Amino acid sequence: MADKSLEMVECGHRACGGCGPALAARLILKGAGERTIICAATGCMEVFSTPYPQTAWKVPWVHSLFQNSAAVASGIEASLKRQGRDEHVICICGDGATFDIGVLCISGAFERGHNITYICYDNEAYMNTGIQRSGATPFDASTTTSPAGKNSLGNSRPKKDMPQILAAHGAPYVATCSIAYPNDIIKKVERAVNIDGPCYIQIHTPCCTGWGFDGSKTIELGKLAIETGLWVNFEIVNGKLEKVKKVKRKPVEDYLKVQKRFAHLFKPSLNTTEIAKIQAIADANAEKYGIDLKI
Amino acid sequence: MKAILEGSHAIAEAVRLAKPEVISAYPITPQTHIVERLAEMVANGELESEYICVESEFSALSAALGASCAGSRVYSATSSQGLLFMAEVCFNVAGMRQPIVMSIANRAVSAPLSIWNDQQDSIALRDAGWIQLYAEDVQESFDLHLLAYRACEDHRVLLPAFVCFDGFIISHTYEPVDIPEEKEVQAYLPPYNPLNKLDADDPLSMGMYATPDYYMEFRYEMDRAMDRSLAVLKEAGKEFKKIFGRDYSELIESYKLEDAEVAIVALGSICGTIKDAVDEMRAEGKKVGLLKIRALRPFPAEDIKKALSGIKKVGIFEKNISIGSRMKGAVGYEVKDAINDSSVQVLSYVAGLGGRDIRIRDIKKITEEIEKGKGDCFYGIREELI
Repeated sequence: MADKSLEMVECGHRACGGCGPALAARLILKGAGERTIICAATGCMEVFSTPYPQTAWKVPWVHSLFQNSAAVASGIEASLKRQGRDEHVICICGDGATFDIGVLCISGAFERGHNITYICYDNEAYMNTGIQRSGATPFDASTTTSPAGKNSLGNSRPKKDMPQILAAHGAPYVATCSIAYPNDIIKKVERAVNIDGPCYIQIHTPCCTGWGFDGSKTIELGKLAIETGLWVNFEIVNGKLEKVKKVKRKPVEDYLKVQKRFAHLFKPSLNTTEIAKIQAIADANAEKYGIDLKI
Repeated sequence: MKAILEGSHAIAEAVRLAKPEVISAYPITPQTHIVERLAEMVANGELESEYICVESEFSALSAALGASCAGSRVYSATSSQGLLFMAEVCFNVAGMRQPIVMSIANRAVSAPLSIWNDQQDSIALRDAGWIQLYAEDVQESFDLHLLAYRACEDHRVLLPAFVCFDGFIISHTYEPVDIPEEKEVQAYLPPYNPLNKLDADDPLSMGMYATPDYYMEFRYEMDRAMDRSLAVLKEAGKEFKKIFGRDYSELIESYKLEDAEVAIVALGSICGTIKDAVDEMRAEGKKVGLLKIRALRPFPAEDIKKALSGIKKVGIFEKNISIGSRMKGAVGYEVKDAINDSSVQVLSYVAGLGGRDIRIRDIKKITEEIEKGKGDCFYGIREELI
């Protein structure tokens, strides 16, 4: 069992107050334990936690580039195997590194079947460079490269389905979770690191700076995403959907209206057409994963 | 043991004897025979390594980096497009001070696509912070791999190295090679002893970012390590001679330069042909010699100056082009700077790009151009195609 009292990410790092990814980092290591090597991608977490000569990490940690964490982890795993060592190897990378620039390396590592756990902290845009859209950015979200304007309603494409892409690689374990449910993260990480083979976990990590909400509301935002069906917590084990978090669904407006990135859907006037499209995404999620609680 | 081996298979033998714990590579012509042979060795139990069949060169070097950070001796190999695809990782590996040894079967770069030899690929990565060694023949290609591991892993250096050899000309040519005994290699190259590694029992952070207050010192330290590698490579070369009999105590090789009036400077396999051309020209009464550069990085400037002292006409054969530069080739500038004497004529000749053969008669013609003082140009352009 994971020792939940362990604090392997030290306080005093430079994350924003209310940072979702910072919370995720702490919880991941509570699940993974001390005998873990972290392989990080360039991004917010790397930058806020390791300005030379300081580090927030009490476990061995390595950062190489933006897009190669899965490949670096492959090499670490191969080396440990040859040396007969027992550490867990975990990648912690943002959504830009995972959904976009790192896909080649991730696909290769999963196809080769390395014993690694790849964790994406998904804050749904390139936050480190100033809130540009990524393949993880949700439909209609306004970012600095998908700004809402006279001829734009924000990001014109739906979020890429990375968990299913990795499940299709034959990964033995694919899971999603949210910082709104800390024990669920710890449990899923602990499960993943103890499964032989490449596992994928995608954690919803609301970003107060990028999404435009008060830093005291991070957990609340995470909960709303789940409760509206715009984020689904599930586990796919050996290709089969095993467990899904069920909810009594709320309308998507409840989640959208509290974030600046969706403000253009409410002002100057309520855009019911667009909100209906987003509601349809939530409905499709509910249908696909069966999240609706039967009352 | 003497054996007649294809260059690639000889290099695979050198790698087997160096016992890397992790091999990570992606196929590209003309490097493929090396990694195929290594895969065979692993499959047959002749080599106990983790062999990672990556999906790209980018991952090949990234995985090698990860394994190196975890404390293993690692190996990779590539060519041309593969090396360019790795470029970002190359800079990163050197900055992270991981002593990875990588074979470069030198090949031209696209466009136009060419699988044939020149040295544009490794020379394009000149400033990446890797030691760059160039071999003349199969034996030297074999030897430099062992020498590179020894020098790179020396704690005074801790930099990666390219061992470069001309694609096809060396990689696909059979030559007699002396393959040493395993225990001789063990005496020369002890197991890798990393200065730092990823280890849960002694955690540390690697690859952190540096603000303007710290960045420059990291680069300065890399440069100092490269400067130190001059002496370390020579030491490794001397030790090599003691154990294996072949002399690599210098990073250059002089051939009939003592009384020479004209010196040809070159890297790689062309040096063999130049030696034959020098012999013929000497027989014709021309005082010509060759200076072979074995290490482009670190650049042995002092040694080059000494070897060329008193020679008034120097021509550099360049299997690369620095597009838009005055001298045309990239190596010429450094030779000129090493000589640092305005009374010496130093000219570059871009030749043999994309695998175009350089024959003895071409070398003689270029020598005539050097004598006439005409250079800093391409040699052998087919005017009818222009």
